[in-house]
Amino acid sequence: MAQLTCRNLCIGYDGIEILHNLNFEINNGDYLCIVGENGSGKSSLMKTILNLQSPVSGKIIFGDDLTQNEIGYLPQQTLVQRDFPASVWEIVLSGCQGRRGILPFYSKEDKALAKKNIEKMGITHLTKRCYRELSGGQQQRVLLARALCATKKILLLDEPVTGLDPNATNEMYQLIKKLNKDGITIIMISHDIDSSLQYASHILHLGKKIFFGTNSDYIRANVGFNPNGGEC
Amino acid sequence: MILEKLSLYLEYPFVQYALIVGVLISLCSSLLGVILVLKRFSFIGDGLSHVAFGAMAVSAVLGLTNDMTIVLPVTIICAVLLLRTGQNAKIKGDAAIAMISVGALALGYLIMNIFSTSANLSGDVCSTLFGSTSILTLTKIEVVLCIILSALVILAFVFFYNKFFSVTFDEAFAKATGTKTSVYNLLIAIVIAVIIVLAMNLVGSLLISALVIFPALSAMRIFKSFRSVTICSAILSIVCSLLGILVSILAGTPVGSTIVAVQIAAFLLFWIFSFFKRGVKK
Repeated sequence: MAQLTCRNLCIGYDGIEILHNLNFEINNGDYLCIVGENGSGKSSLMKTILNLQSPVSGKIIFGDDLTQNEIGYLPQQTLVQRDFPASVWEIVLSGCQGRRGILPFYSKEDKALAKKNIEKMGITHLTKRCYRELSGGQQQRVLLARALCATKKILLLDEPVTGLDPNATNEMYQLIKKLNKDGITIIMISHDIDSSLQYASHILHLGKKIFFGTNSDYIRANVGFNPNGGEC
Repeated sequence: MILEKLSLYLEYPFVQYALIVGVLISLCSSLLGVILVLKRFSFIGDGLSHVAFGAMAVSAVLGLTNDMTIVLPVTIICAVLLLRTGQNAKIKGDAAIAMISVGALALGYLIMNIFSTSANLSGDVCSTLFGSTSILTLTKIEVVLCIILSALVILAFVFFYNKFFSVTFDEAFAKATGTKTSVYNLLIAIVIAVIIVLAMNLVGSLLISALVIFPALSAMRIFKSFRSVTICSAILSIVCSLLGILVSILAGTPVGSTIVAVQIAAFLLFWIFSFFKRGVKK
């Protein structure tokens, strides 16, 4: 069974539908990029998968022992975080929060997991640093480490390279690719169609025409794909 | 000379009460202050304290002997409403706070004015707004109530510290990974309401915001992690309140405004120090 199945999913807010009858499946180890113009419902789809908003109709079905709380999430930065006094350690550790339930403090296993993920992201030297003083790329690594504390199976990323310089962007893509190779399913919202085609195994294109399939099918179908590069 | 005078004063129970209540209230308000400042709710203290003022006016008119029975529930309800509108708002958080705050203040004063039974109306209003000397006229029951409520607040804060951090830093992430954010937001709102009702005794409704935001802002000048900011603001808040109360007793100044004056001085010190520190680094 697929890890995540969307069946006849309709998405919207305040009763206004923005996406009709969405059907797609994601299997363990897939790398899906969600592309489409602004306002096409990319973020709303992601929020619905994360249960931050409820679907207008239709269903999201989790398979492969995946439960709602085992989804790792890399949100876009909020205004609040920009001057939030918090150390890298505190932030990464907070990724374990969802599993704690009502229990107040983190266990030894939680701390070990946080430490492991910090190492994995190559930011051990930043552990005690203050989050707001880090560069954009470093901040994304911190949030990625936090997301990894929340999941071992699937990661949802909302435009993870926005605002990063080309170097940091490239490093970020490499990191995500490595995580995917380690067996973590990736679902990523992206503006960057070229890189999406380069790294993803599947593409979901939202807009007037909805497309879902492997990236080679996508190139063949040529939905809103501009061969001269750049966004459509 | 000053020390003699001080030790003489410290023997009076009302001064001891004032110090106990002052320390507890400033500790509680500074703990939550960090969260409020970061959540962009600095002004909620102001808004809620005016709501509490309005509720007090109503209970005074109704002739209730213990106005806590009305003030606390009304303030809690408003706190819950305000923090909720902050999330998916038709009227945005700051506007909602301003609206409720000004509305409650005006209606409270209006009610007091129309139905007043007291001979010294402006004196009453002034002392509710500025706290004047009411902290020096606390009864034993009030002190005990304050100790119990602040103990609850501190316990709740320690117990849910990690949850409050997650919810404040990134609510969307916390909710997506299974933390019950609405429960903790509700809890934060209730705790804030309790603190504000408590703090009205100390500094009056106008100056509560100062008690909530100044220690947090000062601590954030210098410290870099959530834990150190929280601890620093708690200590700073206690020290400032103690100093403020002692100075006001010795110099005969109003307690609330003296405490705030000390807080402002501390903020300036921290601010200058942070410049100095940054300068050294460069």
